[in-house]
Amino acid sequence: MTQEINQWLVNMAGDLQDMIRNDPLMIGIHTGGVWVAERLHKLMNLNSPLGQLNIAFYRDDFSRIGVHPRVQPSNLPFEVEDRHIILVDDVLHTGRTIRAALNEIFDYGRPATVTLAVLIERSGRELPIRADVVGKSMTLNANEHVKLSGPEPLALVIKAAE
Amino acid sequence: MRIAIKHGRIVDPANNQDRVTDLYIEKGKIVAVGKTPAGFTPNRTIDAKGKIVCPGLVDLSVRLCEPGYEHKATIASETTAAASTGITSICCPPDTYPVIDTSAVVELIYQRALKTNMARVYPLGALTHGLKGETLAEMHALQGAGCIGVSNAYAPLDNSAVLRGALEYAATCGLTVHLFCEDSYLRDQGVVHEGIMSVRLGLPAIPETAETIAVSRALLLVEQSGARVHFCRISSARSIELIARAKKQGLPVTADVSITHLHLTEIDLGAFNSHCNLRPPLRSQYDKEGLRKGLADGTIDAICSDHQPHDDDAKSAPFSMTEPGASTLDVLLPLTLQLARDNTLTLSQAIAALTIKPAKIAGIQAGHLSAGAVADICIIDPEKSWTVIKNNLLSAGKNNPFMGWELTGKVTHTLLGGRIVYEYQD
Amino acid sequence: MNHHDIQLDKYGRLKHFLTIDGLDRSLLLDILNHAESFAGVGERAVKKVPLLRGKTIANLFFEPSTRTRTTFELAAKRLSADIINLNIASSATRKGESLLDTLRTLEAMHCDMFVVRHANSGAAHFIASQVAPHVSVINAGDGSHSHPTQAMLDMFTIRMHKKDFSSLRVAIVGDILHSRVARSEIHALSTLGVSEVRVIGPRTLIPKDIHTLGVHVFYDLIAGLEDVDVIVTLRLQRERMRSALLPSEQEYFNLYGLTETKLAAAKPDVIVMHPGPINRGVEIDSHVADGKRSVILQQVSHGIAVRMAIMAMTLGNLAESKPKESDAHSN
Repeated sequence: MTQEINQWLVNMAGDLQDMIRNDPLMIGIHTGGVWVAERLHKLMNLNSPLGQLNIAFYRDDFSRIGVHPRVQPSNLPFEVEDRHIILVDDVLHTGRTIRAALNEIFDYGRPATVTLAVLIERSGRELPIRADVVGKSMTLNANEHVKLSGPEPLALVIKAAE
Repeated sequence: MRIAIKHGRIVDPANNQDRVTDLYIEKGKIVAVGKTPAGFTPNRTIDAKGKIVCPGLVDLSVRLCEPGYEHKATIASETTAAASTGITSICCPPDTYPVIDTSAVVELIYQRALKTNMARVYPLGALTHGLKGETLAEMHALQGAGCIGVSNAYAPLDNSAVLRGALEYAATCGLTVHLFCEDSYLRDQGVVHEGIMSVRLGLPAIPETAETIAVSRALLLVEQSGARVHFCRISSARSIELIARAKKQGLPVTADVSITHLHLTEIDLGAFNSHCNLRPPLRSQYDKEGLRKGLADGTIDAICSDHQPHDDDAKSAPFSMTEPGASTLDVLLPLTLQLARDNTLTLSQAIAALTIKPAKIAGIQAGHLSAGAVADICIIDPEKSWTVIKNNLLSAGKNNPFMGWELTGKVTHTLLGGRIVYEYQD
Repeated sequence: MNHHDIQLDKYGRLKHFLTIDGLDRSLLLDILNHAESFAGVGERAVKKVPLLRGKTIANLFFEPSTRTRTTFELAAKRLSADIINLNIASSATRKGESLLDTLRTLEAMHCDMFVVRHANSGAAHFIASQVAPHVSVINAGDGSHSHPTQAMLDMFTIRMHKKDFSSLRVAIVGDILHSRVARSEIHALSTLGVSEVRVIGPRTLIPKDIHTLGVHVFYDLIAGLEDVDVIVTLRLQRERMRSALLPSEQEYFNLYGLTETKLAAAKPDVIVMHPGPINRGVEIDSHVADGKRSVILQQVSHGIAVRMAIMAMTLGNLAESKPKESDAHSN
């Protein structure tokens, strides 16, 4: 499994390298996205520090489930204005997390472009959002869940919700 | 109308009686206790087996809210509530609106009370004109109109010369002065006892000395004037010591305590419970124990309800902005019986503190079951339990701080001058 | 005390924030941790997160306070809530009915939260007991009772400088009798487990039963400051001079005013706090207020993050859901 994931990561890094524009900034979405981003960042030998985004304050389900127990604050140690951003997450499912992440990034500034890279792209989109770079595509039932565990080693768990 | 009350436990502290026997009433008076009078055929027989038969209760302080505050309660509503809880005689303080400082107001109260005719109402006249603490009220005229004593209620008497004059003049008229003791400067804006809860809640506090200094001053003036003074609503253990010493010295003083202060303390304020906004304030556990001890050793003579019915708005505000006072007419008797049950008092002491003792302080013919006495009688089922909930309270004021309490003891019959004014319907 | 704590919901989470008294340590730490998360928002280009978008918050100030009102306003705005300010002149004769009427009117405007400042102790509790179930109440200071958000921002400031609460000795100096800040700080500090809380002031301004809150009383400033890690200086209200509590500001400053010389009695790394606004030359000397031990201005900026945390927590908890067990979120 780990080996498989590593292969996906290598492929993703390659795809991103092909699409690369000059001096991109990488941002991982807390928590699984950061693990994936850390590996891509290393594989791509990027110079700029890795940004971390915690979208807890941008979620659209606050009025249903309230504030998160403990939120590691977002940390973008760079200016995003006019830069090319690679946004990284572990799983792309409904698209809501990416929507929230884009909103948050735009509150820091106006990037030139945003490229989305996800380790797993699964079925179940609820918003018109797609990934530019994908490690693995999966078709899952609505009641099935895929979750990345990590940071070391990275592993996937697929289970049906009770 | 002839009534026989059979097989009841007659508790009549005035006559040192506590035995199971029968009681006979004719033409509004008690004609015999024990042996059936010759040729007595009752129109009505009340089976009082397992029940306590005692004199109708005498409550030294009930605010009837009439005239002036009829949106809170009326003489009709409160005397009806009184009847349901065995109270047959009520003293009402003079702080009505207008103040009871003219004969007209006294007459009005008597008339209203007579119209409902559920309990005897005895007004206390004003000690100073308009309760302003400046000039003396026409005490002799008030006495003539039917006031059984004089009082300045809660209004301050800061000027010691005025208090001295008032006491001397009341003594001249032979009137008992019902004195509420509070130094208004020490009280200031205070609303709760100065103690652990005032610290916690940050509420303006009333120190114990607000009461003890006023009691001390009054005692010195009693010594000088020879006036008969009744200390109303004593709240601190230190005051009890002062009064005990004065009584030992032979000064003509008596004292009462409110039923609430015998059961609750500052702790019951909880998180700003406005039903516990009282005057005097609920004090410490130590004070509560002191009051109970003072009652047991006779330093405190009587227990009163200190009934103060309020409308909901009066209690719906931030604590300091609410009106002080609790509606307690409905719970006076069961909470007093509770003191006998937990051995603070004997049953006879408990009944005496609600009957003969307050009757003597008020100077009225009531509070005993001697042959020939007016048949004001209360019959109690001492085992019946009930819960304090809005629907069980007859007083118009629902500001009862004992809400939710489970009480034992329920009046089954109240007789006023031989007439059944209340009968419990199960 | 076995009264039901109206500030907690059935899961023990904050529904209202009225007093520190009765809250447990983990809840206070939650507030501090959340505040840390929110602290970064103020440093970004867009100082705003959309967390409370669509919520309406009413600042209900029955007693004027520009400073506290402004930080609440800013906190609400950074959370994207709509905020309305109502300064309701409170006169002594104002009756409870009109307060209730005000509340009903605001409720009809569908406010989700009331931030309440009132001159009477217990006002926030009263309002919380009267509002509809979907409304949260935050106490922004009630009489001499409680000022819990101020206490929490002070705890936040202390934690930032001192890390561990358990070894700390904290002194609160001034008018303890009338201070809602002092009461809230005492509860917060003891709940967070500091080793000692001292109160320092003249006998007229220290209630005699204050030791029941677990503090040590000092009437002498130098003795009380010995070896302390944190000093909280309280604002002295001028009206104390009119009653028989203090003779003059000058005499108060001589006895209890915090100066560089007196500060020497405390630990060398002591921090000096003040809830503001400062009376320079009355409770604190300018050299101390502006000096290197002073963290007074930090307190102000922390106030925003702490109030954001409390607003987000209380409004978030109103969601009719059970507390979350995991971090699960639909991707």
